[in-house]
Amino acid sequence: MEKPLTGRFRKDGKAPTLRECREAGGYAGLQKALREMSPAEVVSAVRDSGLRGRGGAGFPTGDKWEFMPRGDEARRPVYFICNADEMEPGTFKDRVLIEGDPHQLIEGIVISAYAVEADHAYIFLRYEYHEAARRLEKALKEAYGDNLLGKNILGSGFDLDLHLHRSAGRYMCGEETTMIAALEGKRPFPRIKPPHTQHCGVWGKSSVTNNTETICNVPHIVLNGPQWYRGLSASGKEGGTKVYAVSGRVHRPGAWELPMGTPLRELIMGHAGGMKEGYSFRAALPGGSSTEFVLEEHLDVRMDFESVPGVGSRLGTGCVIVMDDRVCPVGLLFSLMSFYARESCGWCTPCREGLPWIARTVAAIHSGKGENQDMEVLREYSQHLWVGRTFCLLAPGAMEPLRSGIRYFEEDFDRHIREKGCPFSERHVDDLY
Amino acid sequence: MLTEDERRKIRDAIAGSRGKREAALDALKIVQEHRGWVSDELKDVAQMLEMTPVELDSIATFYDRIFRKPVGKHVITICDSASCWVTGSVNLIDHLLSTLGVSLAETTGDGQFTVLLTACLGACDQAPAMMVDDVLYGNLTVSRIDEILRLYR
Repeated sequence: MEKPLTGRFRKDGKAPTLRECREAGGYAGLQKALREMSPAEVVSAVRDSGLRGRGGAGFPTGDKWEFMPRGDEARRPVYFICNADEMEPGTFKDRVLIEGDPHQLIEGIVISAYAVEADHAYIFLRYEYHEAARRLEKALKEAYGDNLLGKNILGSGFDLDLHLHRSAGRYMCGEETTMIAALEGKRPFPRIKPPHTQHCGVWGKSSVTNNTETICNVPHIVLNGPQWYRGLSASGKEGGTKVYAVSGRVHRPGAWELPMGTPLRELIMGHAGGMKEGYSFRAALPGGSSTEFVLEEHLDVRMDFESVPGVGSRLGTGCVIVMDDRVCPVGLLFSLMSFYARESCGWCTPCREGLPWIARTVAAIHSGKGENQDMEVLREYSQHLWVGRTFCLLAPGAMEPLRSGIRYFEEDFDRHIREKGCPFSERHVDDLY
Repeated sequence: MLTEDERRKIRDAIAGSRGKREAALDALKIVQEHRGWVSDELKDVAQMLEMTPVELDSIATFYDRIFRKPVGKHVITICDSASCWVTGSVNLIDHLLSTLGVSLAETTGDGQFTVLLTACLGACDQAPAMMVDDVLYGNLTVSRIDEILRLYR
């Protein structure tokens, strides 16, 4: 099984040096792109590979790049942004990729920036990834020293400066337009599109943002071609491999690079080693916390962008959170809702007012103070905070686990209301929060 | 008053950015490194960035890793998001708070620790997890939390 994204990872967990990287084929994709391909040819290769955005939305990367204005149409300087603000609960694949092979990301950024004819690039890294930051800083220094960044890269005439921006918390910054405000030194709020960032991005210039894992795929696509890339997937439908992860009460929580379309059951029961003794599987969030729950009967679904909607959810980040039979589903929904309530930027009313209300309602039910009509409130709010009612997708993302949660765990909610308390634990969440 | 050292570092941050305000977050971090939190010297920082104090404060108060109030010598951020939740973080938060004798967002009487909840730390393979200042600790249990606290006392 080919594992292009993690192929250069060292067994001792340290990051490979630039020399080790280059000996193992690192930056060969960049050489090929700069010497043999035009920017438009790189875009075509990526489009033909079927690469879809790994940040969770699954938008085709080649299409995103084709929307970039070129030549005189572009508003210069053009910016390329690498989204490494990985803050989706349950998700840690980008950290694994950066720590394991920081040069792969840098190479991917330079090729991507070349493809969209960018002049300047940013890595937007979340605050808590200190180890990733140390490794990136070292790799950036090495890359500048070897003419892989800066002026006239590898004698091609292409210039690119890459700046590492280290953030200071807040899930909200992972949203494209919010990230741009954050980079510009403004209070980070989202804004309505259009205009799309390709026309009006950082500092009002053309810019485009891609997820870290997405970018890590680019050197391999350029080097080995779109046909090879499509052949990597398990289903043959979507290209490439995927860094999947599993967390929760499983034997071996972790992250693994596997063919795109690997079944969910194989991830949880195989790679993660199945459930720990004394616990059994009850449900999972397949792609981070902003995806709908799936149940045991859905475990054979292939984990790719096309298949997961067939069981009522989304691939999202491909990082699975497992809920076992001893976790109270109402309590977990409280954790989820309080996360979104806390991280809401407050810019638009449904999100600012609705999320805390939902979190308080779920807390009341969990603590035995719920009433039957509270379920109606939750159902109603899950409509009021849905797509189209808010500036960005934070609140609709929160509604995905809520909608499926109140459907699949209706009996648990009823029991809390009927028995005036949590059947799983005497610990009431509203004592703490 | 900002110290000369703070001023110099902020000037360096501005020099490395496109437009002064791009350095806003870095400048706030510099002040926080020096003082443990961002005091009302914020207005002097704003002047250096050619922003109004209110504008800069709107940035400072947005980010949860920028503190506009004094905090303990060590800030403990413990995760209560989904992966940590399902692996038992609530009991650990209870234990941490009762051991230190504080509520959330409070500082211990000796000024050593402040406990805050945090969004997912991206360490879900080691859940439950927390950070003390910039150091990550995973696979937490009650006894491991006790050991970690001893390291900082």
